[in-house]
Amino acid sequence: MMKAPINRIIPFSNVDGPGNRMAIFFQRCPFKCLYCHNPETINDCINCGICVDSCPAKALMIENGKVIWNKEKCVGCDQCINVCPNLASPKITYYSVEQLVEKIKYVKDFISGITVSGGECMEHADFLCELFKEVKKMGITCFIDSNGFYEFKDYPELCKFMDMVMLDVKAYDLNDHLSLCAQSNEHVLNNLKYLQDIGKLYEVRTVMLPNNPELNEKTLRGVIDNLDPNIRYKLIKYRPFGVRKEGLTKLGDNITADEEIERLVSIAKKLGHKNIVII
Amino acid sequence: MKEVLDIIQNETLTYSQQLLALARLAENMDHTIELSDELIKAKEEGIICDLGEGNAPYRPRYICPSYKLLLEKGSKFLDLQPAKDLYEALNNLLIMYRHVPSITSYPVFLGTLDDLLETYVQKVDYDSAYKALKLFLLNIDRTLCDSFVHANLSGRDTLTARIILKLTMEMQLAIPNLTVKYDPDKMDKDFMNLCIECMMKTAKPSFANDAMFRKEWGNNYVIASCYNGLKEKGGGFTLPRLRMYECSLKAKDADDFINNILPYYANLMLKMMDDRIEFIVEKSNFFKANFLVKEGFVDLDNFTGMFGMVGLAECCNNLLHIKDNTKGYGNNSEADELGVRIMEKLHAIVAAHKSKYCASFNHEYRLHAQVGIDSDGRENSPGARIPVGAEPIMPQQIMHSCKFHKYFETGIGDIFKFEETWKDTPEALANIIEGAMKNGMRYFSGYLENNDVVRVTGYLVKKSELAKLDAKQQSLNNVSVFGQGARDCGNALDRRIVKNDEGTY
Repeated sequence: MMKAPINRIIPFSNVDGPGNRMAIFFQRCPFKCLYCHNPETINDCINCGICVDSCPAKALMIENGKVIWNKEKCVGCDQCINVCPNLASPKITYYSVEQLVEKIKYVKDFISGITVSGGECMEHADFLCELFKEVKKMGITCFIDSNGFYEFKDYPELCKFMDMVMLDVKAYDLNDHLSLCAQSNEHVLNNLKYLQDIGKLYEVRTVMLPNNPELNEKTLRGVIDNLDPNIRYKLIKYRPFGVRKEGLTKLGDNITADEEIERLVSIAKKLGHKNIVII
Repeated sequence: MKEVLDIIQNETLTYSQQLLALARLAENMDHTIELSDELIKAKEEGIICDLGEGNAPYRPRYICPSYKLLLEKGSKFLDLQPAKDLYEALNNLLIMYRHVPSITSYPVFLGTLDDLLETYVQKVDYDSAYKALKLFLLNIDRTLCDSFVHANLSGRDTLTARIILKLTMEMQLAIPNLTVKYDPDKMDKDFMNLCIECMMKTAKPSFANDAMFRKEWGNNYVIASCYNGLKEKGGGFTLPRLRMYECSLKAKDADDFINNILPYYANLMLKMMDDRIEFIVEKSNFFKANFLVKEGFVDLDNFTGMFGMVGLAECCNNLLHIKDNTKGYGNNSEADELGVRIMEKLHAIVAAHKSKYCASFNHEYRLHAQVGIDSDGRENSPGARIPVGAEPIMPQQIMHSCKFHKYFETGIGDIFKFEETWKDTPEALANIIEGAMKNGMRYFSGYLENNDVVRVTGYLVKKSELAKLDAKQQSLNNVSVFGQGARDCGNALDRRIVKNDEGTY
């Protein structure tokens, strides 16, 4: 039976797409963004065991060479995540589609739909496809929150079942993207076009940096050049909370100034974009 | 009498608060209603509580007159003609409100305002309607100084309702309490979002499950006081309550409680209700001489007795020897199942008891989940609610409520406190409220954690008014003092906040 590693499920979320949604965070991400707020979702656990001794609640142990997490004992202090040298987490649960569907059924009357996120949930595209088939039967929507690393055109069946995608465009310029995320943005930009072509792009998001107005502006202009002016473009202020040391060193430890955001909004308006949201 | 002088000298009481307190003292000097030794003992032990209703009730506790009749026919006693325009309608209502008695001496029901006023509002321009309704609401807040004063909205998208919601957001007043009758299959989405926006700004309106109430009550139900379902042109005679935790202390075990203890005390309370209702109907002058009765604004048959209870959570936890609330009722299927067994039994006991009165209710009383009073402390949570501080994640809390709301036809409700981001996403909240109603929740209230107007246990207070009392100053609202007590003794404002990062589940 197919199972996927899940880092966290938020039963009621009002910030992951339209209406109230169950947000499901899958483990693993091919990007390594400097400003990632939850870097513990990037890699799978390699069972090095370093976290086990750090746990004050004794909720972690090694069994047959694997780190086992005891959910009941866990006090949620995140000490294990803080000491992990591998950008991973021992607090992962593997779910089958059926198990996840049970969880969704419990709250389906209270939500507009589910949003799958991560990590990068498209790491588990086949799983998502099977999950969406079941969720659509409940009459609720399936949204994908994606960094665009995997090309949606390569997953025609998933594209059929998903309702909409919320796409990150972290940087428009290739070198900027490489330095921020340690990966090319070629597929991201292809997705930006493709998802509009099939009418399934819900919104685009960019984190605007505190100390790099040039990069911000370049990305803003690049995205708007390639985006239907009515599709929402969310400008997210960089916030240092949860960012790992490497990111803080390179990007700074202050929140992006309101003035910088206002400057970018006025450029966006001049370029004729009609749907800008600031977070 | 020392009590008299205490009231006269108390600097935190307004004049009208003194007057009411002195009247209560006088009423309690009468002992016409005989109390059995068993009842006296049960009251002394804190098992049965009369909610300070007084020894000699001289009016029904809650009265919900037909204001439609007033606007259409006028009133002979009040010497008022039928209202021809918005100004006459509002003025007639304000006059009538001063003459509708209740346990608080203020009217606990002000009418379904948009139903009453829409035809009048439609005949004037927007600015005039806005100004007139603003003065109307201001008058209510400053003269009917009690948060149990309660207005309804029909749930239809009317201009009157929109103006009232707009004014409610602008004026930030604790009075009146406000309920919108909500049927997800009928209510316009845009209007629903406006109601939610208003609730997030000023803790009202609350949402009453229209389909559920209609099914049980017919079309002429209203919501009065905290969240009390009652019949229009009628009301509630009396509301004593069983304090379930104290009651459970008498039981050897859960079976003993259900088979012996609960029936004993429930029947004791039913007898007490019979006696009090007989006194109200047959001894006091209300049903003989009051103009509300004589002119047909209310009808004796439409009143019922409200059988109140508090502390189901603590009762179940005690019977199962659960010391930690976070592992008990609301978080523990064994405790929840016991709760259901107890409610099934209590519902059956109350339904089996026949009253001389209550003709529109098949001569039966109806259960009510009372919201608690400050002296309850932490030992009896309101009605069937999960104790503050032990609330599980929101979906679980809602599903839990849905199991119990069906038993309480004269009212039960849950309150949810939200963090800031929810004020910007009314669609998300609409999803939750719709789901709750469809799963059997009777009544839903919400508020934002940082607002001034907040919901305590069923009623609204302004935190700024509690601060006045804290500083030994007077508060115009009679209910601020209850809010202060509930905050200090019951931690009523510390309920769990609904956030996005709700942890894993």
